[in-house]
Amino acid sequence: MSPMNTRIAEQFSSREQQAFAGTFGMWVFIASELLFFAPLLFGYFYLRTHYPAACAVASRHTDFLLGTANTAVLLSSSFLMALAAQAAEARRRSRARWLLVAVAALGVAFLVIKGVEYHAEFQEQLFPGAGFRSQAPPGMELFFLLYFALTGLHALHLTVGILVCLAMAAGLRHPEPQWPSGEAVEFAGLYWHFVDLVWIFLYPLVYLVGRAGG
Amino acid sequence: MSVPFYLLPADGAQSATRLDSLALCLLLLTGAVALGVLAMMIVFCVRYRASSKAARGHPPVKDLGVEIAWTLIPLLLFLGLYAWGAVDYAALYRPDPAATPVFVVAKQWMWKAEHRNGRREVGELHLPLGRPVRVVLTAQDVIHSFFVPAFRIKQDAVPGRYTAIGFTPSRAGEYQLFCAEFCGTEHAMMTGKIVVMPPSDYARWLAEGPRQPGMAERGFALFRSYGCSGCHAAGSSVHAPDLTGLLGRRVHLQDGRELTADEAYVRDSILVPRKDVVAGYEPIMPSFAGQIGEEDLLAIIEYIRESGHDQRTERP
Amino acid sequence: MTSAQSDLELEEKGTRAGTSYLAEGYTLRSWLTTRDHKRIALLYAVSITLFFFLGGIAAALIRLELATPQGDLVSADTYNKLFTAHGVIMVWLFLIPSIPSVLGNFLMPLMIGARDLAFPRLNLASWYLYLAGGAIVLWALLAGGVDTGWTFYTPFSTMFSNSHVVLALTGVLVVGFSSILTGLNFIVTVHTMRAPGMGWFRLPLFVWANYATSLILVLATPVLAMTLVLVAIERMFQVGIFDPALGGDPLLFQHLFWFYSHPAVYIMVLPAMGVASEIIPCFARRPVFGYRFMAYAILAIAVIGFLVWGHHMFVSGQSVYAGMVFSLLSFMVAVPSAIKVFNWTATLYKGRISFGAPMLYALGFVGLFTVGGLTGLFLAALALDVHLSDTYFVVAHFHYIMVGGSVMAYLGGIHFWWPKVTGRMYSEAWGRLAAVVIFAGFNLTFFPQYLLGYAGMPRRYHSYPEEFQLLHVLSSAGAVTLAVGYLLPLGYLAWSLRYGRAAPANPWQATGLEWQTASPPPVHNFAQPPVVARGPYAYHTQ
Repeated sequence: MSPMNTRIAEQFSSREQQAFAGTFGMWVFIASELLFFAPLLFGYFYLRTHYPAACAVASRHTDFLLGTANTAVLLSSSFLMALAAQAAEARRRSRARWLLVAVAALGVAFLVIKGVEYHAEFQEQLFPGAGFRSQAPPGMELFFLLYFALTGLHALHLTVGILVCLAMAAGLRHPEPQWPSGEAVEFAGLYWHFVDLVWIFLYPLVYLVGRAGG
Repeated sequence: MSVPFYLLPADGAQSATRLDSLALCLLLLTGAVALGVLAMMIVFCVRYRASSKAARGHPPVKDLGVEIAWTLIPLLLFLGLYAWGAVDYAALYRPDPAATPVFVVAKQWMWKAEHRNGRREVGELHLPLGRPVRVVLTAQDVIHSFFVPAFRIKQDAVPGRYTAIGFTPSRAGEYQLFCAEFCGTEHAMMTGKIVVMPPSDYARWLAEGPRQPGMAERGFALFRSYGCSGCHAAGSSVHAPDLTGLLGRRVHLQDGRELTADEAYVRDSILVPRKDVVAGYEPIMPSFAGQIGEEDLLAIIEYIRESGHDQRTERP
Repeated sequence: MTSAQSDLELEEKGTRAGTSYLAEGYTLRSWLTTRDHKRIALLYAVSITLFFFLGGIAAALIRLELATPQGDLVSADTYNKLFTAHGVIMVWLFLIPSIPSVLGNFLMPLMIGARDLAFPRLNLASWYLYLAGGAIVLWALLAGGVDTGWTFYTPFSTMFSNSHVVLALTGVLVVGFSSILTGLNFIVTVHTMRAPGMGWFRLPLFVWANYATSLILVLATPVLAMTLVLVAIERMFQVGIFDPALGGDPLLFQHLFWFYSHPAVYIMVLPAMGVASEIIPCFARRPVFGYRFMAYAILAIAVIGFLVWGHHMFVSGQSVYAGMVFSLLSFMVAVPSAIKVFNWTATLYKGRISFGAPMLYALGFVGLFTVGGLTGLFLAALALDVHLSDTYFVVAHFHYIMVGGSVMAYLGGIHFWWPKVTGRMYSEAWGRLAAVVIFAGFNLTFFPQYLLGYAGMPRRYHSYPEEFQLLHVLSSAGAVTLAVGYLLPLGYLAWSLRYGRAAPANPWQATGLEWQTASPPPVHNFAQPPVVARGPYAYHTQ
């Protein structure tokens, strides 16, 4: 339940209506975001069906250690995000603020690690295009195109999430009814968890293809 | 200038008449529905116009029976139409072993055709009357579409793959060929002429014209000049799959998949050899991408197709 | 609905609820920073009208060129750019936003008894995104145009076209985001902000229609966005996704593109069906026949519409099996549309029918949509589509639905709600004249194209064989008539803004919550939140 002095926007007739609209809106938004990833995932499954060997070879060129580290980073950030939302709902704004800063920091860590991976992949001529390494099995370049597209789209979403966390952390310096309300932090949490969930699906598709069972 | 105008193109193929019947059936059905709806609307609008004294007591707001009726009846009619359309469609694509293949390569902005015996044409396609024909299509650059209104057939020519459609010309004459998929500046000028002749005239026509080797013979020459026989011929020291009678054979691939070798498979094997490596062989075949043109590829495929038979002679 | 009240009472209620939304600030800034859904609707109305006439100019040049068989008016490249511009502008910058972003934005909150949409600032952002996308498309046109067709088929668009493809794609991408946000806003609004007593099956069918449209907007548009990004990547970085020369697959593009673009046509027609369902019961003075079936049919069209995209690819080289599945589903999607047409016709039975301009447009919609929809059956039949695909038959089919259907319904809606939106009455005589001229001009323009298509005239042809000329001349003559018809409303509607009779709150004596408040409505729509006690369309003929 939202605290008593949350402002109700003028189009809503009650606090409950506003809260419901906000949550529902975030779910609809997440549904549309899923459909952004869908064509790329469709392309991935098409590729995997037609070039399974090439996918395995390509996947072995990704950095398993860094990828797994990133998964740990994101999972921890989601945990902290849940705590932050809880704190904000309980009106412990100072605690929520520091938690959000930590979430943002972990998000930045993810991006840094990803950047290191991308850099190594550029060096190994794995970026699709004219400079892609020769002698690669057919399908490998397409795998890397999808890899960069999927992780790039994910990183874009993550960056937006980081900025939102930082903005909210700044806003939480002021007491209620200043933005963000506990509700707003919870919506941001929903979004963050969605971004995390996308990664949880991407991780095995990208990193674990040729690696199961040795 | 007086040019003969027609509403219906000529009936140039056996399937065309049947297609026109389907169209007529649809026209009668949809016409009846459209006129029926229109008539009802007019009748109601006149009878129940504001100034009329027609009885308006208790206008019905729902009627489950009526709703179910006008859901199920269209549904059943549609299923019937669907079935007819689907059956006739499948017939166009069913591979007919007796069909004469003709190989058409589309490019911006012209149609190039080659017959089995090597006779080539640009912008025209000569065909035998009354014999089933299978047009094998590909494109060199962008997607084009092979459209002959008189035959009621159309098939996209897609770069990177082979598509095919079959029909039997049923009336001698000349027919319009259009490109029906937008392909750039001169799309509207990419037209051609289909010439249908009695089989004897067609055979004579095939034999005339610039003497050149049949497709399979040409393909054999290419097979040697590009070095394919170096690895794939019987006495080679290199371990390479035997290509005799390959087309139509089941092939087992290295990653466990199985497929039936068709024109597309052979083409892919030449251009992207690491894609479908045969089980038990090393992926050492070099790629010929960018080296062999579309017509030459078709010729090599014809050679491989014929290598399963004993003779490699021209066949009308 | 609230009990019947005199117009005067409602006016008083209106003034007590606040000033008219039009009077709340006269500065440009008050319009450009508004959060009022009604003002945003008008912002959209002005912008889409501009784009409509731009797309219309392209159409006029096309029809002018096609009046003679030779390509003698413009060069082949220019012609190709004209039909591309016509398609891109009309689909993305006119039809898709038209009814939802103009009529939907204005009416949805009113119809459900709410004060505004769920996210008013997001609504304004949608309009700015639309403008930005439109500006980018205009930039692409002014910089030299695009010649790929609105369908951007690969590998022509990625590897062979020498025109401003990436710029045009970017514009469409940005407009796509505008669509997604509008759809999101509508969905949340309908779920969360209905007035007390307004259950789902008391909603006007216009709301159902826009709700279903919003589902498609939110779920299909992202797929288009990604597809366009992939096209841009291939074009800019020469990566093989769709170009077979680089190892790509051209049919992959077609599957991804049509996965969005088929549902897109339902985005264009469902709201039109919603408009017809509001006008017909009002002018026939009786409830719509089969309300529940109508609502379910709307949902069925939206859902099945996602499953039929392959019917654009019957001759593309996709498997015969796929063709069979898509053909069957395409016949299925015609069933709910048929149900709707029969229900509209039955709504005339035992009515008390008057023929104001909105009704003429609505009846025209039903008739033309019926013809267009029936010709869709020709195209759904696999063997027939082999002959008819990529010919003028297809052009005629989709124009019957999009122009004879959606545009007529849009105009009908504009006339029907004009008094509510502007507080003025338009001239009935001129309104009816325009409706008739448009109906006649439309049929003369597009009916000959069915015949052209069956005769074998392909699409996107700059020049053509002489034997097709007669039908082309008829079509071009029709286009002139149609153009006149479209210009008329610009005239008399603009005139009415200044000289039209002041409109009462409910000039049509219509049911629906939007008519229970003043014309034009106050800023917050209602003095008190309405309480709903009855279903929609509670008309009585006696």
